[in-house]
Amino acid sequence: MRIMSKAETAADRARGGASEHAVELDGVAVRFRTRKRDVTALAEVSLDVPVGEFVAIVGPSGCGKSTLLKLVSGLLKPSSGTVRLHGETVTGPRHDIGFVFQRAALLEWRSAKRNILLQAEMRKMPAEQARRRTAELMEMTGLTGFEDAYPHELSGGMQQRVALCRALLHEPPVLLMDEPFGALDALTREQLNVELNRIWRETRTTVLLVTHSVAEAAYLANRVVVMTSRPGRIAEVIDVNLPPERDYATTVADPEFARVTARIRELLGAGAAAD
Amino acid sequence: MVSQGTTSTSGAASSTPAAEQSPDAAVVERGRPPLGERVREGLERSWRPVAMLLACVAAWWAITAAKLVEPYLVPSPGATLDLMVEKWGYIWHHSWVTTYETVVGFLLAAVIGIAAAVVMVYSATIERTLYPILLFAQVIPKIAVAPLFVVWLGFGVTPKIFVAVLIAFFPVVIAMVTGLKSVDPEMLQLSATMGAGPWQTFAKIRFPASLPHLFSGLKVAVTLAVTGAVVGEFVGANEGLGYVIQQANGNLDTPMLFAALLVMSALGVVLFVLIELAERLVLPWHASRRGDAVTTTY
Repeated sequence: MRIMSKAETAADRARGGASEHAVELDGVAVRFRTRKRDVTALAEVSLDVPVGEFVAIVGPSGCGKSTLLKLVSGLLKPSSGTVRLHGETVTGPRHDIGFVFQRAALLEWRSAKRNILLQAEMRKMPAEQARRRTAELMEMTGLTGFEDAYPHELSGGMQQRVALCRALLHEPPVLLMDEPFGALDALTREQLNVELNRIWRETRTTVLLVTHSVAEAAYLANRVVVMTSRPGRIAEVIDVNLPPERDYATTVADPEFARVTARIRELLGAGAAAD
Repeated sequence: MVSQGTTSTSGAASSTPAAEQSPDAAVVERGRPPLGERVREGLERSWRPVAMLLACVAAWWAITAAKLVEPYLVPSPGATLDLMVEKWGYIWHHSWVTTYETVVGFLLAAVIGIAAAVVMVYSATIERTLYPILLFAQVIPKIAVAPLFVVWLGFGVTPKIFVAVLIAFFPVVIAMVTGLKSVDPEMLQLSATMGAGPWQTFAKIRFPASLPHLFSGLKVAVTLAVTGAVVGEFVGANEGLGYVIQQANGNLDTPMLFAALLVMSALGVVLFVLIELAERLVLPWHASRRGDAVTTTY
């Protein structure tokens, strides 16, 4: 990242035209220095995510899962290695992504609708288009009727739905989700998983989802990236051979689901990522 | 799960079919309760402080009526009131002067305080440079610098405004800095991914998020501004409630002293209430939230 030759940028551009990959991580490492020692948060991670794929990233706390998303969004710069988004090297905060955090991070002085519209205001999107898209998204996520409700009047699940709508408003080609359902109760979580599966199928967005939940990863993803900690690295990438449209009850009873979850648990070690 | 009990007229966003569809629809009732209920609630909330005030006046009256203290030390409420009625023109004039000094001083303090806070939050260097000066300005006893202001700026209202500014702006700076720094860091990261510039982020996220803190700072500041103005008048003035007190003190005119004190505290209370009303107007979202947590039992 420090030195970037002209040849490299040209290669980037050339690749950009033909790239089938939404996200490419190439030998990416993140190290930082504390007063006492050097810490490697992420060691030499390489990963390609094809356009339209749903990738779940699981691993114990401190394995650099969230760091990975920050790198892709450009909110964090790697110490070495290259991050590319649609073939373009990421050098600063990217605007062509949607980001959902564990906490909804809503502005408490704005209604649900106006929280979603924040995205449009910051991007100076045409007002009419933004309003129409907001209405569509709110309907898609079952928020119709709650347009004028304020965040403190909404349950955790509803708040997270608002955050999801906000992240999808500008139709980003890549959606990054950092433990978006981690603070919700198990039932709400399952419900939102089902909704997210549907939204992903409808929008065809590439999704990178960081999660602590083995079941959530296996239910939602095409591929599950299992990471280990200290230093954070990829242990294995598991393909999930399930159809895109996934009924919850049928899917969790599927032998493939059982195989994937068992493999993830095996990789993480017994009890390391209990959910 | 949706609204129960109250018959809401406005904001009935919760009774649409979507509410039943949505699995975790837990919208709190947002409609205004009927007038009768609001009046009853208001009375329930305000009778205690009113009763307490009346009790204080009654105690004052009882002490003077029973002649426990000499009237020239503590005048009766009746005597004080008589004097206020008799000399209302005199009191009105001087109250107005003090009000003017207080309000101008407070407004200047607010503007300077907010500006200083914004600059300090955006530049660590400026923060480090300004902090010692701010602290110095705060710890120095205002009554000690007031004579200097009179020497420099004369006998008029200007030195009084200066003292009011000096005393009132510190709480504004501290509150505003805290407010601007209290923004959710994830919100700022999100703003960066939305392609927002620093000005947009400030106007749409940082500034509104800081307002609850700012208002608590302003409430402290406005009561201090009264003190500042009066202190300024003590040192050298021919107008204002501070001057009235000095004069009354010299003449052992305790009814006038009491009258001036009453007006002064009323001034502070009125200004405080005005800020609180402004807060409710500007931050309805905050006031309604705070209402839920007035008392805790844990």
